[in-house]
Amino acid sequence: MTWPLYEVFVRGKRGLNHVHVGSLHAPDDESALHNARDLYTRRNEGVSIWVVRSAHITASSPDEQDAFFAPSGDKVYRHPTFYAIPDDVPHI
Amino acid sequence: MSTFDEVIAADQRIEPRDEMPEAYRKTMVRQIAQHAHSEIIGMQPEGYWITRAPSLRRKAILLAKVQDEAGHGLYLYAAAETLGMDRADLTERLIDGRQKYSSIFNYPTLSYADVGVIGWLVDGAAICNQVPLCRSSYGPYARAMIRVCKEESFHQRQGYELLMTMMGGTAAQRAMVQDAVDRWWWPSLMMFGPPDADSPNTARSMAWRIKRHTNDELRQKFVDMTVPQAERLGVTLPDPELRWNAERGHHDFGTPDWDELKRVIGGDGPCNAERIANRRRAHEEGAWVREAAAAHARKKEATP
Repeated sequence: MTWPLYEVFVRGKRGLNHVHVGSLHAPDDESALHNARDLYTRRNEGVSIWVVRSAHITASSPDEQDAFFAPSGDKVYRHPTFYAIPDDVPHI
Repeated sequence: MSTFDEVIAADQRIEPRDEMPEAYRKTMVRQIAQHAHSEIIGMQPEGYWITRAPSLRRKAILLAKVQDEAGHGLYLYAAAETLGMDRADLTERLIDGRQKYSSIFNYPTLSYADVGVIGWLVDGAAICNQVPLCRSSYGPYARAMIRVCKEESFHQRQGYELLMTMMGGTAAQRAMVQDAVDRWWWPSLMMFGPPDADSPNTARSMAWRIKRHTNDELRQKFVDMTVPQAERLGVTLPDPELRWNAERGHHDFGTPDWDELKRVIGGDGPCNAERIANRRRAHEEGAWVREAAAAHARKKEATP
């Protein structure tokens, strides 16, 4: 009998993203939230907590990094610097 | 060159799913587990004084500190789990002595001054060790250390403040502080591990950027930081060889009793058996709570 693993995300303050802060074990979702409160927010670390069963996260693998994140060198037109604008055009 | 070597050479972080040499994985597991166990066992020497705290203020502070130690242990167990370790298995390994924890927690806490000295010296030494670990090459460990270090500075400061208060008290209180310093000084220096000449794994751990400084470098740094704090506090560090060396720009200091360190690590310290027995008892007596929580979760899942 081992409690499942949960990943914990905390929103530091209104307007910021939830950021992964670590993981913990808990018997169920509600306990996971309470444990996350005790473990990761003892000092005003945030305003909102998400917990999700680690098993429910599907992650890309480091081997697939290129396929997922390669900058597509042939698609340079995605970058603003691709477009030459004369120096005397203001505010662009 | 393999990806692992490239990442290390570029001073970047290794993440859980990256390929890594088996020896690196093993070293990380050993180091993180030992660190986690130290936090958990480290609750005991101070926890002993929670019910005996001299004021409500000191009690609240000590409770918060011991709760932090529990939290630090859990951050670190979670980091070890990213390397494929199982939490229950790690606890078993601690309880049956297959994995170690820091030798410092095998010394007894004999007076409330010990709570202050542990904060000042033991947590001070821990901070010296841990600050460079925030840049350790294994990502989950480095990130856990950042959280730990943030919280650790409260631990050190509450200790020093407690000692300043006692030093401003009666002669008996000052004597308690000096007595605690006498007992904790050398074990604190031992926290940095054996001298570099007897630390065969240091070179490899430095090459892998698990460690950033050698044991002796960190020990020197700790001594240099602590001497002026001791002077300000008005206590004497129990080392007749301790003096400023202007040529080196560092303090010279005596040699810790390395045989004592070996004995304590080997299980023969003043409190080794007690610490493990307490941990085993807490684990066994908590079994019904873990089972009840799991049963409750199953029941709720069955009846939505």
